[in-house]
Amino acid sequence: MSDTLVPHRALGLTDAEYELICDKLGREPNAVELSMFSLMWREHCAYKHSKKLLHQLPTEGPYLLMGPGENAGAVDVGDGLAIAFKVESHNHPSAVEPFQGAATGVGGILRDVFAVGARPIAVLDSLRFGELDSARSRYLLEHAVGGIGHYGNSIGVPTIGGELYFESPYEQNCLVNAMALGIAQHDRLTRSAATGPGNALILFGALTGRDGIGGASVLASAELGDADADKRPTVQIGDPFAEKKLMECSLELLDRELLVSLQDLGAAGLTSSSSEMASKGGLGLDIHVDRVPLREPGMEPFEIMVSESQERMLCVVEPARVDDVLAICAKWETTATVIGEVTDSGRLRVLSGGDVVGDMPVAALVDDCPLYDLAPEKPSAPIYPTPRRVLESDDPRDALLALLSSANLADRRPVFEQYDCLVQSRTVRRPDDADAAVLLLTTPSGGGAPTGADGTHPAIAVSIDGSGRRVACDPYRGTVEAVLECAANLACVGAEPLGLTNCLNFGNPEKPHIAWQLSESVRGMADACRALDVPVVGGNVSLYNEGPEGPIYPTPVVGMVGRLPDAARAGRLGFAVEGDAIAFAGPFTPSLPGSELAKLRGEPLPDGLPEADVGAVRRAQEVVREAVRHGEIRSVHDVAEGGLAVALAECCLGGGLGAQVDFRGAGAEGEPLLETLFGEGPGGFVLSGPRPALAALAREIQLTFVGEVVGDALTLTLDDGAALSWSLAELDAARARGIADALEDV
Amino acid sequence: MRFGVLRFPGTCDEVDAQLACERVGEAVILWHGDTDLQGVDAVVVPGGFSYGDYLRVGAIARFAPIMESVIAFARDGGPVLGICNGFQVLCEAGLLPGALLPNRTLRFVCRQVNLVVVHADTVFTNACEEGERLSIPAKHTTGCWYAPPALHEQVEANGQVLLRYAPGENFNGSLADVAGVRNEAGNVFGLMPHPEHAVDPLTGSVDGLKIFQSVANHVGAAHV
Repeated sequence: MSDTLVPHRALGLTDAEYELICDKLGREPNAVELSMFSLMWREHCAYKHSKKLLHQLPTEGPYLLMGPGENAGAVDVGDGLAIAFKVESHNHPSAVEPFQGAATGVGGILRDVFAVGARPIAVLDSLRFGELDSARSRYLLEHAVGGIGHYGNSIGVPTIGGELYFESPYEQNCLVNAMALGIAQHDRLTRSAATGPGNALILFGALTGRDGIGGASVLASAELGDADADKRPTVQIGDPFAEKKLMECSLELLDRELLVSLQDLGAAGLTSSSSEMASKGGLGLDIHVDRVPLREPGMEPFEIMVSESQERMLCVVEPARVDDVLAICAKWETTATVIGEVTDSGRLRVLSGGDVVGDMPVAALVDDCPLYDLAPEKPSAPIYPTPRRVLESDDPRDALLALLSSANLADRRPVFEQYDCLVQSRTVRRPDDADAAVLLLTTPSGGGAPTGADGTHPAIAVSIDGSGRRVACDPYRGTVEAVLECAANLACVGAEPLGLTNCLNFGNPEKPHIAWQLSESVRGMADACRALDVPVVGGNVSLYNEGPEGPIYPTPVVGMVGRLPDAARAGRLGFAVEGDAIAFAGPFTPSLPGSELAKLRGEPLPDGLPEADVGAVRRAQEVVREAVRHGEIRSVHDVAEGGLAVALAECCLGGGLGAQVDFRGAGAEGEPLLETLFGEGPGGFVLSGPRPALAALAREIQLTFVGEVVGDALTLTLDDGAALSWSLAELDAARARGIADALEDV
Repeated sequence: MRFGVLRFPGTCDEVDAQLACERVGEAVILWHGDTDLQGVDAVVVPGGFSYGDYLRVGAIARFAPIMESVIAFARDGGPVLGICNGFQVLCEAGLLPGALLPNRTLRFVCRQVNLVVVHADTVFTNACEEGERLSIPAKHTTGCWYAPPALHEQVEANGQVLLRYAPGENFNGSLADVAGVRNEAGNVFGLMPHPEHAVDPLTGSVDGLKIFQSVANHVGAAHV
């Protein structure tokens, strides 16, 4: 029989899973129950292929306030304040309808943050598309960026950072990961567990419609194929105005201490939100679907239970406070309805017109989905095609210009200028100012500058990172590098990492080579987090990111939040003062395989990356962080894509000042020189400042004086009197157009 | 002195505006559904996306109950400052000349821009020097100021343009580089850039503070 004729198979459940459901219910499920189980037992909700791996990740640390399992994790940032944060994917919807897919990705992650009682203060995004010579990639870029801006700007939460890369394996399956941060007093952090039998369950926010029905199952848990256009109606439509009111309403309800618990509605709608609230509270819920306000008439109970209509929240309220809650919702012009009550039955019951149309043990929905062991196997042959060669020359002068003009390194301004990075008056370091965004923890009032007890300005820093190509070369070490890179970015502004959130974007884990990538990557993340003492506060897994042409690069995206004592001393990346000394610091060993230059030269991905000395990298980050905090150095930039030469060019362009740098000893030509200039690897920093201040660091970490901030050109001195030189105008022109041209030609 | 800062559903920059006002005086938030201005000395209509920008930017906010009181306050000579969406609302309300059209690129742009002070003898620019440059961020999708030729001529002749984008910085395509314009009487002023986001050296420049200081100077002088 064709799978589409067997209901449970058509909904993506295996025969064995179906039998387990019958076993748990003691009978066959009806249509309402089957549709609910099919969503709750999908990868997106049950993490059935990843949960066993994720247990390896460290989830405890001195600053952790709320770990995995809640809508967002939270860390202590001092002064009684907490930062809640999380990153989540919206890849498949964005590949089908990029504007709404990306917009609702932002909307969803914001709801996760205010669901825990935190006011959202920042959004970052991590985007991956195919190469920009593809019209599809340009279309996806244009509209995904438009969608993120539309939602974040309209709701009054600044988009303060992100990352953006273009690689052919993302051609069919782009990645749109959004991260949000919120701030709350410790005692305002809210959990989602439903408690107190007899308490009312209130649904508030937008009306429930047929949009996104089955989205979590249809889009997020299967490979993309040719029929994606048919899936467009399953992409939800976002309304940031509705969410803005919902957010203000939710925060006011929490301020007035009217709620027992709060949960947002995301993937799998009411089904997932209600069953998770009941599961965490160890209780049951009765839901009357005929009380749910609908956008269109005639919706079936199962449609109401699985609808993914956006901008909705669910809360548990003591009966005596229901009227107050409804009044606050009315003030914010937000529809609110009592749709059910908490019971002590341990069952999720769905009622319609007084009839029970669904009745399931909560534990069966939430906890009893079978967890699968992966069957990882390292592939014997390369999985990914060799990148197309676009740089023919071996001349390092050409190479730097080619790197700066390549889409992965070109100026991101045409993208981030479409985002409001200023609203809420916290932004101390805007995109391009520094390697990490910096936000004030307290905002000024009463006319004075915001201060801590000792006249300082406590702040947080945040960065989001992940290089799919490096992880494709070596899932373990590539993931270690991603975590180190994120921590390095925080060090550059003077922040120590407090917690990490991740989004694991991979292909189909049921395939052995993808299972190998995923398990190696998680092992790398766990080891790197332990080595840095940074706990994972929560995250998201996005699997099945592959199409007929193969899987995406394995892309673990890491978002890290850190704290710095004084925003006034937050580091900047651009050279600042003519005459300052320039130094390279840290245990950096450049290597070309797997680098941006190797990609431009059309070289195949290597099988493996060099091992990093994680302890030495951590030490270097700590020393750099302390130096920044003491205000001793004037610019800091970590060495990343494109190696030392690109880092130097970025420092020059960031500050509008040239530099003279001594590369004698690296050879005057050939591969060794290219490796020194453009090789990549973790652990390196470019610093500038007064020579004595830098010299003091040399006692603690590997540090070499290499030159001076001077003039309006970047000049590298080589052996035998040779030199390479680029004017700032030339570097700027190379970097300016790569992305700008793509956005103008869609 | 006391500022009143309006809050419509969808307003985003009201707290920023309140914080900026508090650097030169006191400030209260005024709710869109109320009609009582609570005796404030000046009104700020802040930025954001009032009513989701639905129908047309500023078009729905103009009918909010609080706006009836703001219009009456303005007719009586009370100082009213509109920033970004507030500028759009005041144009829709007929308190300021011209209209705001979509940016020439049709995209949202967030950018630090330089403005030139055209007239410094006004309620809103008396803390500036004529010809002074102010570095203030702008962020909007619909900020291209336009007026029909006859109206534009009249606005220029009356000296109602108080701020222009410095040469080369007019990214939205505004007519004659107009960044901020006042009414004929001089007590209502709207601008697209955000002075409330330029009041602290930590988060950018401090040039925007001069706009708020000017209003405070004016109110203080009037009370003497």
